[in-house]
Amino acid sequence: MGRYVIRRLLQMIPVFIGSTFLIFIMVYALGDPVAALFGDRAPDPATAARIRAELYLDQPLWKQYLHYMGQIFRGDFGTAFNGQPVLDLMVTAFPITIRLTLIAVVIEMIIGIVLGVVSGLRRGRSVDTTLLFLTLIVISVPTFVTGYLLQFLFGVKWGIVRPSVSTDATFGELLLPGVVLALVSLAYVTRLTRTSIVENVRGDYVRTARAKGLPRRRVIVRHLLRNSLIPVVTFIGTDIGALMGGAIVTERIFNIHGVGFQLYQGILRNNAPTVVGFVTVLVIVFLLANLIVDLLYAVLDPRIRYA
Amino acid sequence: MRGVTQARPQAAGRARRFACAAAVALAATGCGGGGNGGGGGDGTGILSSSWGDPQNPLEPANTNEVQGGKVLDMIFRGLKRYDPETGEAKNMLAEKIESDDSQNFTVTVKKGWKFSNGEPVTAKSFVDAWNYGAHLDNAQKNAYFFEYIEGYDEVHPEEGDPSAKTLSGLKVTGGQTFTVKLNQKFSTWPETLGYNAFAPLPKAFFDDHDAWVKKPVGNGPYQVESYQKGSVMKLRKWEDYKGPDKARNGGVDLKVYTDNNAAYTDLLSGNLDLADDIPAAQLKNVESDLGDRYINEPAGIIQTLAFPFYDKGWGEGKEKLRQGISRAIDREKITEQIYHGTRTPASDWTSPVLGEKGGYQAGICGEFCDYDPKAAKKLIDEAGGLPGGRMTLTSNVDTGSHRVWLDAACNSINNALGKDKACTVNPVGTFADYRNQIGDERMTGPFRAGWQMDYPLIQNFLQPLYYTNASSNDGKWSNKEFDKLVDEANAERDTEKAVRKFQDAEKVLAEQMPAIPLWYQNGSAGFSERLTDVKLNPFSVPVYDQIKVG
Repeated sequence: MGRYVIRRLLQMIPVFIGSTFLIFIMVYALGDPVAALFGDRAPDPATAARIRAELYLDQPLWKQYLHYMGQIFRGDFGTAFNGQPVLDLMVTAFPITIRLTLIAVVIEMIIGIVLGVVSGLRRGRSVDTTLLFLTLIVISVPTFVTGYLLQFLFGVKWGIVRPSVSTDATFGELLLPGVVLALVSLAYVTRLTRTSIVENVRGDYVRTARAKGLPRRRVIVRHLLRNSLIPVVTFIGTDIGALMGGAIVTERIFNIHGVGFQLYQGILRNNAPTVVGFVTVLVIVFLLANLIVDLLYAVLDPRIRYA
Repeated sequence: MRGVTQARPQAAGRARRFACAAAVALAATGCGGGGNGGGGGDGTGILSSSWGDPQNPLEPANTNEVQGGKVLDMIFRGLKRYDPETGEAKNMLAEKIESDDSQNFTVTVKKGWKFSNGEPVTAKSFVDAWNYGAHLDNAQKNAYFFEYIEGYDEVHPEEGDPSAKTLSGLKVTGGQTFTVKLNQKFSTWPETLGYNAFAPLPKAFFDDHDAWVKKPVGNGPYQVESYQKGSVMKLRKWEDYKGPDKARNGGVDLKVYTDNNAAYTDLLSGNLDLADDIPAAQLKNVESDLGDRYINEPAGIIQTLAFPFYDKGWGEGKEKLRQGISRAIDREKITEQIYHGTRTPASDWTSPVLGEKGGYQAGICGEFCDYDPKAAKKLIDEAGGLPGGRMTLTSNVDTGSHRVWLDAACNSINNALGKDKACTVNPVGTFADYRNQIGDERMTGPFRAGWQMDYPLIQNFLQPLYYTNASSNDGKWSNKEFDKLVDEANAERDTEKAVRKFQDAEKVLAEQMPAIPLWYQNGSAGFSERLTDVKLNPFSVPVYDQIKVG
């Protein structure tokens, strides 16, 4: 187990270097950001050259990358164009997005699994059909539609919540955006759990457990559900990364100043340090989430062993 | 599974483009918001206003966009100030600015003004600030504002290191007086001094620059109480402000919004008092939502289509082609249907905010800006048709609903020519990329050229854009007659005559059509029921100090 974890962690190093390099090239390919800083006016060459030198943009690509990586290992993620260290941006943005993601994941886990179990155990009945139909609708409606719709209903029409989130972004304020963010994944979790339950409910071990005279509740939770959760856990694990990076739409609708906001600004302004820095952290989050998912397999299914 | 999770963010990204449409449908039901907070009209009420994250650190000579400009406009007062209504440059800190020859100026600064940290504003406050702004080592984006002052080449050479520390044309001659020597005659130069780049700076700026940038200190009616970068800036009325334009409210909270749709929704639900820049998608229903709490006023912005004169197909000898394209675009319809009156069809190359006296004159463009598809086709045919039988319109499409009007303009041109695919749109994803393509001279057809004035002078609408090798002459047009007229106008000491010379130069533009005037842009804003006396100045920035709360 310990050796397995170490091996996986070591494997992350090339992935990390490769992905940062790719992102760096992609942002670089967007072109020179300095011209845009001058608005509709052509920059005067002397000032532009100074700014390029300050931002290390006058060097060839490979030197820029080495310089950047060197900085990262010293814990310095560079400076955004408005003079703010990217690290500061991260310190304010990540806690907010983590809170938002946490809310979304908790919602999709609890509600999604419960609905999935209910639906799977009553296969073919009206509850099952209704849930399948509803989840289909949720999956096919894009996030920005549900976002604007719920924002309008709860925020403007009924006035129950503020339509936008304040700078503190407390858990209470993030509840509605969290629901919006969770909805699509929620539908997937429900459907996955349902399918898995339907498959396993006829399994020999379930029949055995029933024959032993175990109470129904214990059969479902300890035996059936535990075995059915493997695909669901895989999904939720990878979804954590996707939710954090993919919250751009939700964060824009509710004016949340999280990771999505910073990424959006960074891309719009061709600001390499911001984009690469944030994406790098997201890559790490993604890798760690995947590792945890793999370790959870062993917990859920004792037959799986890592060495 | 991975396929599923990874497909989603992409789809969402694509979806964002349509987000506005959904918002329209939602807000159509309307809902007059309006909160109820303190204030009560005694001048202590605090209002909240929408804001965008400033692109640059908030130094006066480094701020060249509206969002940073909003703050500078509240915390700084310069020698001159543009009247919020007429745009006229009036003395603010300047006691007087005198000159005998349009080249040597003596400036006297009024006594008694202070920065909010207690330092007095002296002649040195200005000279130090300007020297800082001009010096290459400080890499200030507005450095070119000082280019007319003698010695600029030494502190800001085009190549290599500066050979001087200060501008030789600036001399402090007394506590409150200094002299300015320009490197050319420029009769209207004092009127450029209302721009924020010319603001005075306190000693604190030079002593502890980092601390100053974190919490700027100025001499205007407001002072910064707190600044949380990227989210909110709290400005409060400065009680000891001695100027004539004391704040009529207790302060302003500037809140950063990434999406102006979110700001608009907050305004409707009463969580925001003032949202400027109403999203294009909401313009249809803004009047039913807000009634008379919606304002739409001319701003000093004009949109044009420039031509690449480095491309043979569009350059020399093709004026009929360029005029023909101009006549093929139905400005009335586009401004009405897409912009709902927040743009008005242009018929000259300046802006209505200048006023007749300042040089704005409708109709200088003449028939060449009138929509007439038949005449357009004739002109284009006489010029030998479109180069290669087709053309593209290029613009960045990340803001300003540019994509929509580009499509409409192309349709208009196609209809005039009776061909389906003669004109197509070449959308560029980001503004940065677009500016780079222009800088590299990669345009192959007409492209969008927007211009927001730096100061309300007709000179600012013409010289930087059409003078040979001028800083924003993106199409690289060059015309001796135009250059000569601009030079003459600058040397002219009588303002009225100077304006007339500039208008003569504009007539050259009508003949040559190096850029097609499209429309004048307005500024728009909506506000809550708590506020009264909300106005936008010619730079489309709300006049915060005049707003009353409660």
